[in-house]
Amino acid sequence: MVEQTKTRMVAGPFNRVEGDLEVRLDVVGHQVERAWVNAPLFRGIERVLEGRSPMDALVIAPRICGICSVSQSHAAALALGGVMGMVPTYNGQLATNLILATENLADHLTHFHLFFMPDFARPDYEGRHWYSRVHERFAALRGSAVRNILQTRALALHVMGILAGHWPHTLAIQPGGLSRGVEKQECARLWGILGGVRAALEETLYGTRLEDVTALEAPEDLWQWEGKQNGSDFGLFLQIARDLSLQKSGRSYDRFLSFGAYPGFESDSTQRHWRSGIFESGSLRALNIHDVREDHAFSHMAETVQPLPPFEGTTEPQMRDDTAYTWCKAPRMAGQPCETGALARQLMAGQPLVRGLVAEGGGNVLSRVVARLIEVARLVPLMEQWVRALQPGAPWCHAQPNAVPDGRSIGMTEAARGALGHWLCVEKGVISRYQIIAPTTWNFSPRDRAGVEGPLEYALRGAPVRAGEQTPLSVQHIVRSFDPCMACTVH
Amino acid sequence: MEFLWHPSLSEPSGAEVKGLLADILAGRVRMDALCLEGAVLRGPEGTGRYHVMGGTDLPMMEWVSQLAAVARYVVAVGSCSAYGGMAAASPNILDACGLQYEGVHLGGALGADFRAQSGLPVVNIAGCPTHPGWVIETLALLAQENLSVEDMDAVGRPRLYADQLVHQGCTRNEYYEYKASAREPAQLGCMMEYMGCVGTQAHADCNNRLWNGEGSCTRGGYACINCTAPEFEDPGHPFAQTPRIAGIPVGLPTDMPKAWFVALSTLAKAATPERVARNAASDHLLVPPHIPGREG
Repeated sequence: MVEQTKTRMVAGPFNRVEGDLEVRLDVVGHQVERAWVNAPLFRGIERVLEGRSPMDALVIAPRICGICSVSQSHAAALALGGVMGMVPTYNGQLATNLILATENLADHLTHFHLFFMPDFARPDYEGRHWYSRVHERFAALRGSAVRNILQTRALALHVMGILAGHWPHTLAIQPGGLSRGVEKQECARLWGILGGVRAALEETLYGTRLEDVTALEAPEDLWQWEGKQNGSDFGLFLQIARDLSLQKSGRSYDRFLSFGAYPGFESDSTQRHWRSGIFESGSLRALNIHDVREDHAFSHMAETVQPLPPFEGTTEPQMRDDTAYTWCKAPRMAGQPCETGALARQLMAGQPLVRGLVAEGGGNVLSRVVARLIEVARLVPLMEQWVRALQPGAPWCHAQPNAVPDGRSIGMTEAARGALGHWLCVEKGVISRYQIIAPTTWNFSPRDRAGVEGPLEYALRGAPVRAGEQTPLSVQHIVRSFDPCMACTVH
Repeated sequence: MEFLWHPSLSEPSGAEVKGLLADILAGRVRMDALCLEGAVLRGPEGTGRYHVMGGTDLPMMEWVSQLAAVARYVVAVGSCSAYGGMAAASPNILDACGLQYEGVHLGGALGADFRAQSGLPVVNIAGCPTHPGWVIETLALLAQENLSVEDMDAVGRPRLYADQLVHQGCTRNEYYEYKASAREPAQLGCMMEYMGCVGTQAHADCNNRLWNGEGSCTRGGYACINCTAPEFEDPGHPFAQTPRIAGIPVGLPTDMPKAWFVALSTLAKAATPERVARNAASDHLLVPPHIPGREG
């Protein structure tokens, strides 16, 4: 038998992901044998935070990213609140949830329409029965859906104009609540905005009421529904997914992590609307946050004797070209890599269709994208409820102490892309340590010292490579199915 | 206008992009504007390896200087690419700088003498975040060859937004007039005295143009931190606290004699209507304006 030759490919610069990404591939025959994921930009915001007044974290942390900005604000506010022993007012929490949900919604819509779908409009797919429609709707920069969604997204972001001053980089999310109180008339405007967003999504993305989408309970329902929904963009995606067998593409470890999204209100502030946990082999278990360690074996970071918990973690950049290949650290939960994102959130939330898809084929290109679209359909009605629950006239923010006491705390929240944690230590009135683990740090982590690949690296094994491809399309679909944010990854 | 390449919007990735960049550098494709987001990273030790463009093994610092040399216009989008911004915040282990500024000092990645093919220095659409309107209008004017060096201010910002102060149009101006101040988040009063707001000194039209429909920092209940200015990232005090000397806020309006300001403020405080004083310390309107002839 002739040994097949191994080719090495470098895919980059990688478009339509947030931030800078490069993927190295070893290709044998017509498949990816192994992959190395490289975040080629280092940012060092943790080091900027050290030594500053603790409340400055609310200014600095969101500037890690212009896309996941309010998730970073929220994690910082939670970490500060933990040290201060403070939870937001009822109104403050409702409004914060609305702000977080708006970012989540905007990010999912951006991902589907601007980042993920345009790949199917490439000439490579000419001749497929769905090609002309996808080209008309989703061709990069000129598809009709691209223009539609930019308008819908801009409308949704008007929620930020009312509640958060602006997006990104608001300072409105405070440990004690929100810095902006609203009156009945603003509530009416929020209601109007959400009505417009709902109408636009029902018209083009889903072709039906949001409630019909969230009612889908099993994979069979999804495929049955697809048969009837060819006019919608979700239907079009399902048609493509069926044709290209996207459910067989990009499977990773099937170990999912979520920190839980949308905290409850005052009396039950530790509860999350979508709960936290680890989902593996069909069941959910509680996570122990103290099981998190960060491994630097293949990162351009000063090595540590053993992987450290973030409260003891460091960010000392050090070029180590002999072994390291990325600026991303390798977070592990009890020693194991985890996948995080909308799919993980909806698994924890017990959404039956998402659970069904994962039972059938695990985390893959199809289930990751479906989970996002199911999440969007669930978010808008939830936001409508929250707007109705706002109480103009009731307090928006607790009085906050002038000085933040010494102590340490973890701010855990969910960005659109998954679990986000801020580990804050305050000593002598200033930030003595600030460690951040962003969602894509989990998903796009490098190997650890045991040689275990990060979730994307593992998911790329076996991805098909067609003759002549330099940046294989299958690799692009798999990479984008995670909706990476590289800016947050290397914070 | 046509995008040659935009990292979030364009179709091509990888090899196709590298081909395009080669065509631009060789003059086979015309590039009217090079727009950069994010600071230029020169570290570690001047190598620029903290930021390598994916797939090219070449530091972004190199790509930027090569591409800037063939661009008709070079545009810094945001405070990081303009001046270094948050990326260059102390201790700046990245050795980050702006395209043509290092904080307040001319220089930066391209140098003080750099001029694009058009003859213009780098256009700094500074702001953290920058406003989409500032970006679109600047690019539209450049596309019409209608932005000259006279249209840029002393730190390279388009005057179309930088000739205004954030204070102008601020909905808290009545509270400012009487120095009726907020002391806690969500209170309606002026945020200059205690909460760190520098809207009276910050150059931008945020409170006239507005953000995401109807927002701005001060309308959102938090301080203007002067994010369009070089070195806003290192104010030398906590962002959301006004530094004070002998009880008087440091950093008063730049073009008003301090003694006058103090005298006027003292008078205004003494004359504050009860309505304004009570509302300033509340998170919602307590006392509406009086209607003449209607008591109660």
